[in-house]
Amino acid sequence: MTALWGAMNTRARILLGVLVVMLLAAPLALDRYFLSVLTLILYFVYVGQAWNLMMGYAGQLSLGHALYVGVGGYVAAALWVHYGIGPWLGVVPAIAIAAAFGAAIGWLGFRFGIEGVYFALLTIAFAEFTRIGFDHIPFVGGAGGLFIPYEQDRIGEWWNLRGGQHLFYYLAFLLAAVGVLITALLSRARLGFQWLAIREDETAARALGIDVFRAKMKAVLISSGMTAVGGVFYAFYNNSLFPTQIFNISRSIELILAPIVGGIGTVFGPVVGAFVLTPLGEVLIALTEWLGIDLPGVKAVFYGLTLMIIITLVPTGVWPWIARRLDLVKNEP
Amino acid sequence: MTEFLSVNGVSRRFRGLVAVDKVSFSVNQGEIFAVIGPNGAGKTTLFNMIAGVAPPDEGTISFRGARTDGMSADAVCRLGIGRTFQIVRPFPTLSVEDNVLVGALLHRTDMSAARRHARDVLAKLDLFDKRTVAAAALTLPDRKRLEVARALATDPKLLLLDEVMAGLVPTEIDRMVEILRSINREMSVTILLIEHVMRAVMALAGRVLVLHHGTKIAQGTPEEVVRDPTVIKSYLGAEVAF
Repeated sequence: MTALWGAMNTRARILLGVLVVMLLAAPLALDRYFLSVLTLILYFVYVGQAWNLMMGYAGQLSLGHALYVGVGGYVAAALWVHYGIGPWLGVVPAIAIAAAFGAAIGWLGFRFGIEGVYFALLTIAFAEFTRIGFDHIPFVGGAGGLFIPYEQDRIGEWWNLRGGQHLFYYLAFLLAAVGVLITALLSRARLGFQWLAIREDETAARALGIDVFRAKMKAVLISSGMTAVGGVFYAFYNNSLFPTQIFNISRSIELILAPIVGGIGTVFGPVVGAFVLTPLGEVLIALTEWLGIDLPGVKAVFYGLTLMIIITLVPTGVWPWIARRLDLVKNEP
Repeated sequence: MTEFLSVNGVSRRFRGLVAVDKVSFSVNQGEIFAVIGPNGAGKTTLFNMIAGVAPPDEGTISFRGARTDGMSADAVCRLGIGRTFQIVRPFPTLSVEDNVLVGALLHRTDMSAARRHARDVLAKLDLFDKRTVAAAALTLPDRKRLEVARALATDPKLLLLDEVMAGLVPTEIDRMVEILRSINREMSVTILLIEHVMRAVMALAGRVLVLHHGTKIAQGTPEEVVRDPTVIKSYLGAEVAF
């Protein structure tokens, strides 16, 4: 921890401090709507970070991370709805089951040498058939969805994640902070360097004694387990889960945009990406409404165009560009 | 005493082609042993079998008393055999130091100890001043040195070097010879090298094995080998330029 702090220069420390203080104080100044946008941003920071570990560091492209969000959310929600087991406890089996899915995908892919885009297809396939599977499980409501009932007398039971916007905002902040911290620590650890080596050149990594299969399995287990926690948050924040929505491939894509735009394989890329993209979506909604264009898909077109512009201008991500501009990267002595 | 590295009758076939045919030799601890031969003689195939990249179709390989044929490349490395690649394979976007750090982390869990070791190795290979540069930005001679540095950082007992002199100019070759000699003597690392550059082989190797069409045609000291009529006929031929 102290090593992390020591690795930042004064300017970076001040900026990070200001950001943390502003985020902690945000509920004092912001109304419900802005706070909900900020909650969404922090949620995307967290799940983006989980995906970033697997893609940005270990180099394994997953286009099916909605699977882990969905499985995590469903497990915790079902335990709560059917057995009254609270999410703080339910998160444990949620992580375990999502990680088991991750292990299955990883084992198939890494053991049989399914790499690159083919591995990505495998992750999509798993997410898709899980979606179809959940449509037919009556225990969790099938295609009709699973609802966490609104109970007046339970409001305020924060330990069961029953509460208002403030509770979820601070929870999202905690998740994002922990996600950044995990990435920062792993990226400077032995495992992080093993991942980087594998990402860059698997054959060379192997020649340096790295058990590539093991290191990749660790990446998929950590990433899927982390993502499942995001799913638990999502389920209790929205109070409803539908297989067609939560396992949808568009959700998997949505989740990876922040790290891609912010800069994959960096600690702050997913943070910057989420802070750029989520408000952008909101601004575009407001803008199209204000302009009176209510054609379907207009928002998506603008969103897509903006993404293309950002990626063309800074292909390695917004964060590395900002870090260079503001001179935030400490030069090694 | 168990032999350091012993290769017993190994063969490797690719479809109909026999790339390596029942080759046997052994390397003693502490020596520098060279494998030479014309292009396509099977040198790299032999090398890959020792490094665990491809298992031999027949024959056995053992390193300090343990059978290594059939072991994976990473397991072979953990046992104490480091290797370089003929066509260099740096981790391009990582810094030079981080490239070597990956190797240093094999037997070290403490990050600062690994970094210190990586820097020591970089200094040894004349790369210390370039440690913050991305590996992709290095020139070929520097990349060749980085290959050696990375493998050396894993603390090997045996270092397999696959044509680390190729593409270097004579002064760079002389410097590399000097570095390898000091790695061999001061760090007591046994070296098995595949080399085309006879200047380096003559200067470094205690013993030389000559491979031709996958078979061993001669073995001895460099002076013996270059005078061997079969070797001159099949390999050195008119290009005896040393």
